Amino acid sequence: MERIPILQMGKCLLVTIQVDMQDQTALALQDDLAAKIEATAARGVLIDISALEMVDSFIGRMLASISGIAKVLDATTVVAGMQPAVAITLVELGLSLPGVLTALDVERGMRLLAARDADFQPGGGQDLDDES
Amino acid sequence: MTTSREGSIPLRSQQDIVASRQVVRKLSQELGFSLVDQTKMVTAASELSRNTLIYGGGGEMRWEIVSNGTRQGLRVHFDDKGPGIPDLEVAMTDGWSSGSGLGLGLSGSKRLVNDFEIRTAVGAGTCVTITRWK
Repeated sequence: MERIPILQMGKCLLVTIQVDMQDQTALALQDDLAAKIEATAARGVLIDISALEMVDSFIGRMLASISGIAKVLDATTVVAGMQPAVAITLVELGLSLPGVLTALDVERGMRLLAARDADFQPGGGQDLDDES
Repeated sequence: MTTSREGSIPLRSQQDIVASRQVVRKLSQELGFSLVDQTKMVTAASELSRNTLIYGGGGEMRWEIVSNGTRQGLRVHFDDKGPGIPDLEVAMTDGWSSGSGLGLGLSGSKRLVNDFEIRTAVGAGTCVTITRWK
């Protein structure tokens, strides 16, 4: 079974889903992220799904679970980059991902995480914000 | 109604759910579906393949390119010989699930396609047929 890599950037964990995931791979990601949040004391989780051509109820539930688990572990999750066709389909399917923070792309997602947590600074303490 | 091409794949493992999505994506593209229509058909196929595997104990997905006068469409059947669904009306409501799912598989898939048909008999199995027209 494939595993989705989790990258650490300062206090943020970054996940880019680029494969058509089996259900088991999605479940493994959920477990791996929970373990990694605990191990790194991450404050933010950014999940880039811009390469995903489909989100069904299983993957939708996985995204909602990750968001919930992270919250209990004191981290904020942002799901970034959902394609418009995927968003239309997901809502018609009956899932609107309540309680999941979303952003149009990774950059906006990073900013959203930084804005929610003064303690969170991508790049391990260096403030990378262009405007500063 | 005529069928110009058809085929099938087994639904016996999780990897087969991924394969069903890929087959339906390819056929939807060949038929020239819009990106949104492709995505809807692929998502419905994913939900129904998973139902066949988890609740039906496995089965197969059969597809056909159908034509109704001037219109072409993709019709896909999800067939199992599992326990069947005792109360179809209840099974078609949002949120109902006999397993650990969200209960959106049947009712949600129906919203994603043009035609939706389900035949089931307790002890004999279930066949769900979906069609999306170009």
